Amino acid sequence: MTFDDVLDLLAAVGLLLGAFLSLAAGVGLVRFPDALSRLHAATKPQILGLIFIVAAIALMSRSWSTLLALAPILVFQMLTAPISAHMVGRAGYRTGNFNADILHVDELDEVIERATRDSADGAAAPSGGASGERTDPSGAVPL
Amino acid sequence: MTSILYIAATILFVGAGLLALYRIVRGPSILDRLIASDVMLTTLMLVIGADMAINGHTRSIPVMLVLSAIATFATVSVTRYVSKQDRAITGVERQPQDPLAKGDS
Repeated sequence: MTFDDVLDLLAAVGLLLGAFLSLAAGVGLVRFPDALSRLHAATKPQILGLIFIVAAIALMSRSWSTLLALAPILVFQMLTAPISAHMVGRAGYRTGNFNADILHVDELDEVIERATRDSADGAAAPSGGASGERTDPSGAVPL
Repeated sequence: MTSILYIAATILFVGAGLLALYRIVRGPSILDRLIASDVMLTTLMLVIGADMAINGHTRSIPVMLVLSAIATFATVSVTRYVSKQDRAITGVERQPQDPLAKGDS
């Protein structure tokens, strides 16, 4: 078994791992109950699966120029995948598209309640905004 | 040995695409369909890369580059408009308590 065969085998294993992560995302999409947990499953192959596939391509082609062309793919994906995940999670929380019973902690809920209460107090007594932390009169919540 | 691994990877990719398609068709809210279509796009990217690795060419690298750069635009543009219109369907009894969402409507 020569060195090239070993590299081919490693590339094939990388392909298989990337395909397995993709299938895991599909299974998670079908079996998970609400949008936020489906989002958790869906973001697995976006970075790690792509890393496996890109490593497989690099191991298969074995040239520095190909590696140089493959690096921006990972960079762009790492830049844009958190943006889309953040937006989906934000929309999922705002529309109530999650099961609140299976959450361990909901920190954003406490923040929203406090901000709503503070803005109500501010509307009752407009000069009493000395309660300290982040009492924006417009009730803006840092989402 | 490696051809068996190639065939197994192809089967796994096909399964992932079919499961994402099932969720796109059945998904109760538009957010589920959006996540599923995102998974399908990611699977497409991985399939393009797997094709390059298996067949030993590098012609499709620009396609992967463009997909990885602009795949987020669809998600962002759809979720910007989902927030106030799409209510949850099943198993969720929570009302949105966001002052911004109430104030704008």
